[in-house]
Amino acid sequence: MDGIHDLGGVQGFGKVPHTKNSLTYKPVFHEDWEHLAYSLLFLAADHMKQFSVDELRHAIERMDARHYFGSPYYDRIVIGTATLLVEQGVITQEELNACLGENFQLARAYSSPGRPALPERPPFEVGDRVKVRDEFVAGHIRMPAYVRGKEGKILHRTSVKWPFPDTIGHGDKSAQLQSTYHVEFNVRDLWGSAADDGTVVVDLFEGYLDEVT
Amino acid sequence: MSQDTKPQSSATPADRARALFKVLDDKKLIPDGFIGNFTKLMENDWDPSNGARVVAKAWVDPEFRELLLKDGTKACEQFGYTGPQGEYIVALENTPKLQNVIVCSLCSCTNWPVLGLPPEWYKSFEYRARLVREGRTVLRELGEELPDDVAVKVWDTTAETRYMVLPVRPEGTENMSEEELAKLVTKDVLIGVARPHVS
Ligand SMILES: [Fe+3]
Repeated sequence: MDGIHDLGGVQGFGKVPHTKNSLTYKPVFHEDWEHLAYSLLFLAADHMKQFSVDELRHAIERMDARHYFGSPYYDRIVIGTATLLVEQGVITQEELNACLGENFQLARAYSSPGRPALPERPPFEVGDRVKVRDEFVAGHIRMPAYVRGKEGKILHRTSVKWPFPDTIGHGDKSAQLQSTYHVEFNVRDLWGSAADDGTVVVDLFEGYLDEVT
Repeated sequence: MSQDTKPQSSATPADRARALFKVLDDKKLIPDGFIGNFTKLMENDWDPSNGARVVAKAWVDPEFRELLLKDGTKACEQFGYTGPQGEYIVALENTPKLQNVIVCSLCSCTNWPVLGLPPEWYKSFEYRARLVREGRTVLRELGEELPDDVAVKVWDTTAETRYMVLPVRPEGTENMSEEELAKLVTKDVLIGVARPHVS
């Protein structure tokens, strides 16, 4: 989906709030609740097998745009996890509200059932020129909008395959397994002269790509 | 006035996290020790000193360096650096003319076992929005002024590959031990927004 989470190249942001470089960046958590976010996520996704990390990503993308922008990082993880646990019927909105003492705002409902991958086809090879498919998808997708329709060059094909995000991100376990490709783009092919020089490499599932002929 | 203005919530992120915890705990869904064990992994085991050890070994051992660049997962496995978000590791080789930098524009993906959890700034809207488009400018703002003849290559972690940067071994480190070399490699160096410096 063309959501607010898809931030690559969006203008209107100032300096990165970089904290001083150090060997460890300890402490890892800055507030005493933050460890709960990933812990409860892994409890639900990994231990209880209630959903995949792809579904978690999409749940966070489904947050209302203002809600997303107003919530700090670990809060979004908590909200995404709570949303999926309610949707799976493990807990209820009422139970969350009762514990919180007010409405526990969750992500918005799905606006799409997701989609299957294209039929399998021969893999691309390192060095091939490829074009990112010019597609608009209402559900989950792991193609940042800034490469949509753009041409790049394949640097690497993964030796492992993963479930197609646009399918598994909606909880559909029939997702086709695909390799991903590290595709290199010239930054100025993406944003013209309103960008720095250099290249950007995007890790793209096979189903997002077409060969340039 | 506007139907999309939501009433202000008085609950904090901490309140929400604790509410979700309590609902699950009341249902006896949280095994004893689960939160504590996972928190220990995140706070102690996953640490940039792991990646620093990998880099230092690659600097002193050409055979290991070759393995790291060919199969990063296997090379990191030799140290026991595996687990969630470390299942498919690719090391990015810097040269005197190339600086690799890692970001996840869509969320926050990072190589946890090797780099540790990402720092706050890595997950910021600013970094996610700007790095892919203005890499050189962002690096300059973060204190790494690259000469014009050093190319910037940004790696957007949009799928399941988890990257680490293999920096160039700085000059003047010829007599350093592997342990001393590892101390030059910070989390920022492993992300690629800084280059190692000999103080
Ligand atoms: Fe991410």
